[in-house]
Amino acid sequence: MADYFSTWFPEGWDWLGWLLAAIIQAVLLLHVIAVGAVVFIWMERKIAGRIQDRLGPTRTGGKFGWLQTLADGIKLLSKEDLMPRDADPLLFKLAPYISLAASFTAFLALPFASGWVGVRLNIALFFVIAVLGLEVFGVILAGYGSGSKWSLFGGMRQAAQVVSYEVPLGICVVVPVLISGTMDLVTIADQQSGLFSNWLFFHDPFCMLLFWVYFTCGIASVNRAPFDLAEAESELVSGFLTEYSGIRWSLFFMAEYGSMFLVSGLAAILFFGGWNGPIPIFFWVPEGNFTLETLANLVGLGNFLLKAVLGVVVMMWVRWTLPRLRIDQVISMCLKYCVPIAAFCFLGSVLWTALHLPFLNDVMPMQARGDVREGWVQDIDNEMQQLEKRLATEAYELNSAVEGGPQQEAQTSLEEDAADRVALIPTPQPEGAR
Amino acid sequence: MTNFPLLLAAEINWHTVFFYLTSFIACGFALAMVVSSNVVRMAFFLVLSLAATSGLIFLTGAHFVGAMQLMIYVGGTVVLLIFGVMLTAQQAFISMKTKAGDWILALIVGGSLLALLTQIAFSVPAWRSSDYQARLQAEVTAAEEEIIAAMAADNRTELTAAEAAKLRPLLAKVKYGQPELTSQVGLGLVGVRVDKPELDSLGYSGYLLPFEIVSVHLLVVLVGAAYLARSKRSAVMQTPEGDAR
Amino acid sequence: MNFLTEPVGLSHFLAVGAFLFVTGVVCMATKRNTLGILMGVELVLNGANINFVAFASPYFREDNLGLEGNLLALFVIVLAAAEAAVALAIALNYYNNHSTIDVDKANELKG
Repeated sequence: MADYFSTWFPEGWDWLGWLLAAIIQAVLLLHVIAVGAVVFIWMERKIAGRIQDRLGPTRTGGKFGWLQTLADGIKLLSKEDLMPRDADPLLFKLAPYISLAASFTAFLALPFASGWVGVRLNIALFFVIAVLGLEVFGVILAGYGSGSKWSLFGGMRQAAQVVSYEVPLGICVVVPVLISGTMDLVTIADQQSGLFSNWLFFHDPFCMLLFWVYFTCGIASVNRAPFDLAEAESELVSGFLTEYSGIRWSLFFMAEYGSMFLVSGLAAILFFGGWNGPIPIFFWVPEGNFTLETLANLVGLGNFLLKAVLGVVVMMWVRWTLPRLRIDQVISMCLKYCVPIAAFCFLGSVLWTALHLPFLNDVMPMQARGDVREGWVQDIDNEMQQLEKRLATEAYELNSAVEGGPQQEAQTSLEEDAADRVALIPTPQPEGAR
Repeated sequence: MTNFPLLLAAEINWHTVFFYLTSFIACGFALAMVVSSNVVRMAFFLVLSLAATSGLIFLTGAHFVGAMQLMIYVGGTVVLLIFGVMLTAQQAFISMKTKAGDWILALIVGGSLLALLTQIAFSVPAWRSSDYQARLQAEVTAAEEEIIAAMAADNRTELTAAEAAKLRPLLAKVKYGQPELTSQVGLGLVGVRVDKPELDSLGYSGYLLPFEIVSVHLLVVLVGAAYLARSKRSAVMQTPEGDAR
Repeated sequence: MNFLTEPVGLSHFLAVGAFLFVTGVVCMATKRNTLGILMGVELVLNGANINFVAFASPYFREDNLGLEGNLLALFVIVLAAAEAAVALAIALNYYNNHSTIDVDKANELKG
C-alpha cells in the first residue's frame, strides 16, 4: 500500500506516501478497538441479561437496544472528570492512556487475514505477548496514583496476578511456535490451512489440553472475571477504577475490551487456524488472481472475526457464570495448576512431534498449501523474480547497444520477450498489506 | 538551491531521525528518573526509558533482544520493582530527599565520568559514522553489473543458481537487515553456531553451558527470593488462620 | 540539518549507553531509597546492554561481535531479572525488620 501511495507524490516526497499509509492503517486498527468496544459492551449487557434471565437493554435505538453503548458513551463524555486531592496528578492522568496505548500497540502485529497485518514482524507473537504485558502498568500506576487504599490494593493484586500468569501464558504460546517453527503469526496461521483437522488444536491431545490452559491464563492476564480481583466491586469498591470517572474510566474499559479481543484472536490464530475456515472453500484460488485472493481474504477476515468474537463471548459467559476467586486461590491456581499442566503439555507436545506420532490430519488427509515460509522469505522470493527480469532486460539492452541496435533479426523474438518483461516490471504490486 | 525543502526531505536519513528520537526519550526519562524523588514516578520514568532503549535495540537490527528487553525488563522486572514499592510504602507517597551536598558531589563525579566516556566513544574516527548503506549499495551494484555482463555474454534471460545464491543474501540485507538473526540466536543458545561453522567441532558446546547455568541460577534465585521474602510471623503465631478465626 | 542526513555511527550508540550508565551511577549514589538504588542498577545494566548490542550490529562495523554480543545482552537481561528478584526480597526483609527502606538507617554493624 505504501509503495502505491508513494507514486502519488513527486520525487523525494515518497515518505509522504508512507506516512499516509501508516495513518490509514493506524486509523483502521483504532477502529477495531473503538468499534469493537462499542459492540462488546452492548454484547456484554445482552449476555449478562440473558444469563440472569432478563432482557438486557431494550429501548435505546430500536428493539435490541443497539445504541445503548453510544448513549453510555455520551453520558460518560459529559461526566465531570474528577481527581482526588491526594492523587499524584501526573500518574493519575497518564495511567488510562498507558493502558490503552499498550493494548493498541499489540494490534500492530496481529494479522486479520492472510497478509493483512499492520507490521509483519519476524517475532510477532513474542511482540504481542510482550506488549500485552505492559498493559498492567496503566493499572498499577492508576492504583498507586489515585491515592486511595482501595485503588492501591487493586493495583497490588493486579501486579501479583499478571506477573504470575505471564509464566504459564508464555509456556502455552511456545508450543504452537515449536510445532510450526516460526514466531510469525501470519505463517503460523497459513500453515493451518486445509481441513479443520489441520488446526493446531487437533494436532495432538496435549494441544487440546493446552488450549484451555492458555484460555484460562488469557482471561487472567486481561483481568476478567473470575480473575478480576483488581476491580472487585464487592470487596474493593472498584479497585483501581474507584477514583476514575468519565472518559478516563471508559479508556480503561476500551483497553480491557481491546485486550480481550487480542487474547481470543491470538487463541484463534495459534490453535484454531486463524482465518482458515473449517472447510477450505478458497483452497484452489489460483496464485496471483487479485480479485479472488481479496475475496478469499475477506471471507478469511470474517472467519477470524467470528472466531475471535466467539472467544470474547465465552469470556463473558464465564464472567457471568463463575464466582470470583480469592487472591490466594488465584495465585495457587497459577503456580500449582496452570504452570505444571502447561509444562507437562509442552513436554508431551514436543515428544509427540519429535516421534511423528499420528494426529487427526493423518486420518483425514488434506495437505496444507505448499510449504509456508516466513514473510520475509516469500518477499525476497518475489523480489528475486523481479530482479531477474530487470537484470535480463538490462543485459539485453547492453547486448543491443554493443551489437548495433534492435534491427538485428536474430534478436527480434528476444526483444519481444524483453518488451513483455519491461511491461511487467512497473506494474505496482497490488498490495493489501505490508 | 531553489528546491531546498524537497532536497531535504529526499536526503533525510530516517534511521538517524528515529535514533535521535528514541535516544532523546531514553536519556530524557533517565534524567527525569534521577531528578525525581517520588519512587513510583521514578519507576514510571524507568519504564519509559527502558522501553525507548528497546527501541534503540530494534534500531541496531537485533529484534529478538529488543523484544526480550520489552518482555523481561519492562514487563517483568519493573513490575516487580513497583510491587516492591507498594509493599514497602509507609504513607501514600514516599519520597526521600537527597542532601544538596550529595547532589553536588554526584554531579561532579557523574559529569566527569560522562565527559570521559563520551570522549572515548567519539575518539575512534571510524565509529563516528557508518558507511554500511553505501558499502551495501556498492556491493549490490557490483554484483548486479557482473551478472548483467555474464548474462549479456551468454545471451540468457535467467539467473544461474550460483548467481541467485549470491544475490539473495544481499537482497535480504537491503530489505530486512538481518532477518535470520532470531533463529541464529536461538540455535546459538543450544550450542549450534550457524554464523561461524568453523566453531562447530566435536565437543564444542558453545552457549549451551552458560544457558544451562543461567537457568539453574534463575531457579536458585527464585527459591532463595521466596525463602528470604516469606513471612516470618508464622513462626510466632503457629496458625495464622486459626488466629483469624 | 546536516546531522539528520548523515547515518549514525557506533559512537552515537556508545554515547547513549554512556549517558544511561552515568545516570544510573548518579542514581545509585544519590538515592537513599533501596528501591531507587535498585532502579539505578537496572539503568547501569541497560547502558551496558546498549553497548553490547551496538557492537554486535553489522550496521556499524564490519568486524562486529555478531551473535556473541546478542547472546551476552540476553544473559545480562536474564541476570538483571534474577538480581532484581533477590534485591527485592532483601529490601522486603529489611523493611520487615526496620519499617523503613532508607539505606542510611542500616548502620547496626557500625563499630
